[in-house]
Amino acid sequence: MEDMKSSDLVGEGHPVVLRYHDGTSRQVLVTRHETPFPPGELIVSQTDLAGKIEMCNEAFIRMSGFKREELIGQPHHILRHPDMPAAAFADLWATVDAGGRWNGYVKNLRKDGGFYWVYATVIPKLRQGRMVGFTSVRREPSRAKVEAAEQLYESMRRAAPAEGGQG
Amino acid sequence: MTYQFALSPDVNLRDLSHWFVFNTRLQKLTGEPFHLTAYDDFADLHGAIERDAVDLIFANAADTALLVRERGFLPLASPTGVSDEALIAVSADGGLHALGDLAGTALTVAATDAPDVERICRILLEPVDLVGPAVQVTTKRNPVLVAKGVITGETTAGFFLAAAYRELSQTTRNLLRPIAESHIYVVRHSLLVGPRLAALREGLLAGLAQMLDSETDRALLNDLGAPTGWAPMSAEEADLMIDLMDTLKA
Repeated sequence: MEDMKSSDLVGEGHPVVLRYHDGTSRQVLVTRHETPFPPGELIVSQTDLAGKIEMCNEAFIRMSGFKREELIGQPHHILRHPDMPAAAFADLWATVDAGGRWNGYVKNLRKDGGFYWVYATVIPKLRQGRMVGFTSVRREPSRAKVEAAEQLYESMRRAAPAEGGQG
Repeated sequence: MTYQFALSPDVNLRDLSHWFVFNTRLQKLTGEPFHLTAYDDFADLHGAIERDAVDLIFANAADTALLVRERGFLPLASPTGVSDEALIAVSADGGLHALGDLAGTALTVAATDAPDVERICRILLEPVDLVGPAVQVTTKRNPVLVAKGVITGETTAGFFLAAAYRELSQTTRNLLRPIAESHIYVVRHSLLVGPRLAALREGLLAGLAQMLDSETDRALLNDLGAPTGWAPMSAEEADLMIDLMDTLKA
């Protein structure tokens, strides 16, 4: 993936280099602007087994700030925000790779450097009894739960600051 | 052999007579005999499914999951561009204007036994930390009784299928205030065919498509809540809806 461009930014951002589980890295630009979750909507996407985006709905496109063609085929960690600890994603992938269901609060990065919080559920995508990818649905989170997650993730980042994550 | 056509109990009560006309038209268009049963409650419907007494069904998303994943049913079609959205309403004169006004206390709710509606409405309540046992649901037989429960103060809120809410009389709606509504778009009622009808799937689709050719049939489709006809439903569309409903489970 390419580094984020300052021309895409809305507001003033600071650069952070993200390192991913596959050994790649990129520079992202992060602002303090939060986009509120649209009430009553769900953000839906499906990926292949490697985490590459195969399908996403309109709410996903709108909230991420990307165009559909910029998302399809990209790794899902295109949305990874540097405030998310790698361990959270490690837990997600360990759970769903084993056929389980993962729930958690996630801070996502927008194309414009801003962010949005979601409550995410990820399940294996089973077709004819075979796992062929993953389905992820995000819904509006409780603010109290978001505040608790912010504190938890900050303490996790302090404990393991340099790890990569699939996102 | 007469095929058994089942109608989900959460189909709008006002539409029932139109479904019987639809059943007659379907028989004429396909040349196959169908017997329509409009189920009163989900226990009866699920009993019929258990007894293998359903060949064609207009089912909600929760039952679609059961029928496709566990009973070998195939998706056939769903009303084009129509989705099942859910809505939470409170009494218009109770001083409640937004979801945030419900926060901080246990919530009493009236609802029908439609599982999709309750599941989606519970999702709508999560942002204000109303989850699990903090939401106490009293089951009513139909949306009119749900509305009555809210208006008389028996419960603070009501869960509705949005389309059913809009079918309530204007007088009733004037006494209610919607405070949250879903915009999910992919959850919908669908026609599904059981294993005994699988070989006739293409013929049924052709019959459904033919309904757009006749003015009388178009009027019937409008009355059924499928004003622009039936869109064939692929296995992947059904699987996505089933996955989505699965992620919304508590």
